[in-house]
Amino acid sequence: MPPIRTYHELTEADRSGLPEQIGAQRKRVAERLAGVGRVIAVMSGKGGVGKSYVTAHLARALARSGRAVGVLDADLNGPTIPRLLEIEHAPRPTSPSGIEPATGQDGVRCISMAMLIEDGAPLAFKGPTAESFVWRGAMEAAALRELLGDVAWGTLDTLLLDLPPGMQRYVELCDILGAPPAVLTVTIPTPESRDAVRRAMRAAVERGSKLLGIIENMVGGQFAGAAGDDLAKEFGIAVLARIPWHPTPDTWSALGACL
Amino acid sequence: MKFLCVDCDKQMSFEERQLPGDGTLAATFKCPKCGRVVAMLTNPMETQLVSSLGVEIGGRTVPAQPLETVRKMVSTGREDAFDDGASGVGRGALWSSEATERLSRVPSFVRGMVKRIYADYAKERGIAEITPAVMDTARAELGLEGM
Repeated sequence: MPPIRTYHELTEADRSGLPEQIGAQRKRVAERLAGVGRVIAVMSGKGGVGKSYVTAHLARALARSGRAVGVLDADLNGPTIPRLLEIEHAPRPTSPSGIEPATGQDGVRCISMAMLIEDGAPLAFKGPTAESFVWRGAMEAAALRELLGDVAWGTLDTLLLDLPPGMQRYVELCDILGAPPAVLTVTIPTPESRDAVRRAMRAAVERGSKLLGIIENMVGGQFAGAAGDDLAKEFGIAVLARIPWHPTPDTWSALGACL
Repeated sequence: MKFLCVDCDKQMSFEERQLPGDGTLAATFKCPKCGRVVAMLTNPMETQLVSSLGVEIGGRTVPAQPLETVRKMVSTGREDAFDDGASGVGRGALWSSEATERLSRVPSFVRGMVKRIYADYAKERGIAEITPAVMDTARAELGLEGM
């Protein structure tokens, strides 16, 4: 048998055009975000540190200061942003060009899986149940891509992405955007949180994300430790805010002024 | 994925896609030189992987709809998640009672999108009434197997 040409050596045009279809998807995201001044991923690597809480209140503070702000709730399996922005469910107006985001308190634009799935229901996909782990991650990445590319965000100063715990969604985001987003890190003071958040921050640095700073949440209560300072020193960035258990609007305004 | 006719050293070209409805997919490819045809058969898991990429084997015949994957693939979606502006029956074309009944069997989460596709098809071709026959023709022409 003669040597078989490799995949890359076969360059004839193909009617399916799968690479072109993937390229069109990326172009759609890029065009949609062309009117967005900056995309910031709010992440932690640790669950329960208050990422969504911080994201929502930061967004509201930025909006109150006159900036156009959007929040994409990238926690597809545990979406909480609409409640934090006090958004009631309503059908999303749709046109061929995209879906209109909801508008929450203080004018923050938002899209969340909570608006698209039944109340109290898990995010479930149609498809074979056996070994669904093989395709489920890809399906969630597709949903994230559509929330980025198919929502008519309009012109925004800042689009905040509320990421779930762990690193998978961040990696998907880097691939979809084609470039690593700037990252805002949330931790609580404990050493356990510090160790988990450190791993996430290292992954972000390795991917090339700019670290904007650290927000230490739930400070002053029973969570002892200095995770914020430890991580700030290790990564050479600032602790932008220490959020007490009972923050005031001024707490969020001060944080917003740092960004 | 590409197919090569080894004897001819020619890349085979896509011919046809079939979705039998059991989660599997069949796609045929033909050698442009000798005419040999082969079929690629995928199991449900492989078919699902392709769906999750948001691409169409054989190429797209209609532009991607907003949140297309979410609408098609989420099984726990809200019935009223989207306002597609298609509440007016037909959006220009009338729907026969048989066509309306058939549309009612489409899962509610994607019904608005499917309705729009058929309505746009009818509008573009000046079809006054959408009937099951029109739906069959549109489905074949637009590659909307399963709708």
